[in-house]
Amino acid sequence: MSIDLEQFKEIFFEESFEGLDAMETCLLQMEGGNDDLEIVNTVFRAAHSIKGGSATFSFTAVASFTHVMEGLLDDMREGNRAADQEVVNILLQSVDLLRELLTTIREGGDVDESEVSDLKEALQVLRGGEGAQAVPEKEVEAASEKRDIEEWEISFSPDEDLLQTGNDPALLFRELAMLGELSLTYDASRLPDFEAMDAELAYLQWKMTLKGCSDKAAIEEIFEWVEDECDLEITAVQPDRRAEDRREGDRRLTSRRTGSRREKDPQKSKAAAASSSIRVGTDRIDTLIDLVGELVITQSMLSQLGEDFSMDKLENLKTGLGQLSRNSRQLQESVMSVRMQPISFAFNRFPRMVHDLSQKLGKIVRLETTGEDTEMDKTVMEKINDPLVHLVRNSMDHGLETPEERRAAGKPEEGVVHLSASHQGGNIVVEITDDGRGLNRDKILSKAIERGLVQEEDDIPDQQIYNLVFLAGFSTADSLSDVSGRGVGMDVVRRNIESLGGSVVVRSTPGKGSIFTITLPLTLAILDGQLINIKGQTMVLPLGSIIESLIVDKTQLNAMAGESEVYSLRDEYIPIIRLSEVFDLSDQQDDLRTALLVVVESGQDKVCFVVDDLLAQQQVVIKSMESNFCKVGGVSGATILGDGNVSLIIDVNDTIRLAKELGMEHLQAQQEQGNAKYKQARKMLEVTG
Amino acid sequence: MSEAVAEAEPEVKDDLAEARNQYLTFMLADEEYGVDILRVQEIKCWEEVTDIPNTPDFIKGVMNLRGAIVPIIDLRLRFSMESVEYDTQKTVVIVLKVLSEKGERTIGVVADAVSDVCNVSPEELRVAPDFGGAINIEFIRGLASVNDKMVILLNIDHLINQGVLQHVQAEATV
Repeated sequence: MSIDLEQFKEIFFEESFEGLDAMETCLLQMEGGNDDLEIVNTVFRAAHSIKGGSATFSFTAVASFTHVMEGLLDDMREGNRAADQEVVNILLQSVDLLRELLTTIREGGDVDESEVSDLKEALQVLRGGEGAQAVPEKEVEAASEKRDIEEWEISFSPDEDLLQTGNDPALLFRELAMLGELSLTYDASRLPDFEAMDAELAYLQWKMTLKGCSDKAAIEEIFEWVEDECDLEITAVQPDRRAEDRREGDRRLTSRRTGSRREKDPQKSKAAAASSSIRVGTDRIDTLIDLVGELVITQSMLSQLGEDFSMDKLENLKTGLGQLSRNSRQLQESVMSVRMQPISFAFNRFPRMVHDLSQKLGKIVRLETTGEDTEMDKTVMEKINDPLVHLVRNSMDHGLETPEERRAAGKPEEGVVHLSASHQGGNIVVEITDDGRGLNRDKILSKAIERGLVQEEDDIPDQQIYNLVFLAGFSTADSLSDVSGRGVGMDVVRRNIESLGGSVVVRSTPGKGSIFTITLPLTLAILDGQLINIKGQTMVLPLGSIIESLIVDKTQLNAMAGESEVYSLRDEYIPIIRLSEVFDLSDQQDDLRTALLVVVESGQDKVCFVVDDLLAQQQVVIKSMESNFCKVGGVSGATILGDGNVSLIIDVNDTIRLAKELGMEHLQAQQEQGNAKYKQARKMLEVTG
Repeated sequence: MSEAVAEAEPEVKDDLAEARNQYLTFMLADEEYGVDILRVQEIKCWEEVTDIPNTPDFIKGVMNLRGAIVPIIDLRLRFSMESVEYDTQKTVVIVLKVLSEKGERTIGVVADAVSDVCNVSPEELRVAPDFGGAINIEFIRGLASVNDKMVILLNIDHLINQGVLQHVQAEATV
């Protein structure tokens, strides 16, 4: 009736990693001089639960290590030790080691014992060498004799460093004693002189006789954790001839096996590691359950109504349907919110990274974060992690100067890297800001010319030059470091972000620093859409990109160069794009006087789409066109409307691109021309006014 | 019990082997075409589809097939035949499974009518002469005679992947 522990392992790993994250955060706070007892307690609790869990799953290396760590933390809790730099550093190292150990175990790999014992030793030294446990030297005498059950002879000579892996012979003996009657003699022949003795080494050897015991496997199991660190011999003794046959015991097991236990693990644990899970607050689950409850009530009400329906109950039916749609919308929202997690999950790893990296680079860096509560889709967050890490590393390595340079530039020695997240319309905007030296315009430009990316005589605005760093194979660092500078990063960053439907741009001011701005869609699966009608076809426009919709005011229409038009709205001239033309829906020209204009924005572009009618606003589920077909220009996907018909979702950015390609290259020029004209008119007015 | 299993197995295999040589035939104008029956998912009546902008005219649009977005292709137009008015009563859409390196796709092809299911063993297949028409020879698996009529058996994977999707993509990039 053994309980299958496998199913809990994954939970243990996840909780442990969370615990380690919490420990890290707290340790970094301690380093900042915060010696609040509660923080020490949090670290202690996390270590304690990892210890408990790992012991349950027989991850001895982890359990014994956390045990030592716990000892140190306990001292701190008791107030016997201050949280100085040395302690915090070694604890941070321990957290790293544990994370490594757990990852190795999860993937079924081999644990590097030497590294564990090194750090463990360091921890013990820090505690003042109290780590070595007293070796029990007294004989454990088993009491009365039992009848003719099998008897075992065990000879156990541990390696000297047995104690350092957190194993204690006394505990082994106690477990053995539970199996049967144990009599035990020790052999102190290896014990050196008192002066030469190291308190942390095991010198004793034992010979044991275990009576009344069951099977050999049970005994082997007890020694399982130490079998790599000792010479072990387990010999069976038949009761009637034990005196004479002691030596030729029928079954003999010499144990000096290496890692036989580990080898069978990999396949099992690898499969487990592949599955991903998500932690959801119970309040969200409760909301879901409530909503489902309401849905069931509505459903039963409607089915009751349907059983004996007559026209006079029409009003009830309408109310019921209204309720149903409200329920399902709420349900949909809550289900989506289950996937949402605050971005602090991604941000929390940065304090540590900044801490380590600043020491490595010899820079003083302060990390600030804002908007950690901003929620985003789990998938998006997982994919955004690497680009973020890369950008922060870049900012620290290339962006920020050394303290001396900063002082010379009249800036405070401490550099600041700021991470911020916020919602802007239908997007999430993550910004990485540093107050370093900024990007080197000339260096980027000369590099770009060298690589033939731009022509020397091209006149490129500064901000566009900065964005060249996102092109492949672009690094301006003079020397490569292991931090960054290989020039493979930035284009990967951009690719990753673009694969999520987002974009990244950089702004920079020489001497003042640079800002990397990442814009991401809120969620990948559902979109708030505005249904529009173009020549009889219904299409979906993402609501987030719409600024406003308006009826054409003839006087504001300006035809430029005959064909293409701009619309003057307040202070701007906005180019008009006829969707029917872009999507080739009709040969007939729209009559702009009866059409509606929808002003949309995408990145830097602002344009007017000409539509025939605005229909409902609703949330639509995005379905990929590529799964059965291929990428379609100007369209980001399709959705199925309430009537079962398919409707295409307009990709604003791509549509603008298409429109430009469609012989509208003059668009920009005209806009500028228009603006110039407007400004000229304004000037004239000012002069006359 | 074990005997029963042993007996049943060859039968299943026979069925499969037989199905492998079975083709669903359909009409386009007066010509009869055939596709591997194992690829046919369903046959349904023509219904209105949603146009996809900027695609060749043989892409009729996309259809909602129980929540999946399925493109519909008019083979008459693809093979440069004369197009006909669709009739919701007669015109059918054959929903097919198409394999490619990227995985499985579901697409629909429009046909005038579904005619029959016929058996054609590999030996009966005749190589189609390369007459350089609208149908590239590569898209044809072979010709066969069924009831004294010629049936053109299509290599549907090749036809859709190379003959349709690549065509669309090439057009989109121009």
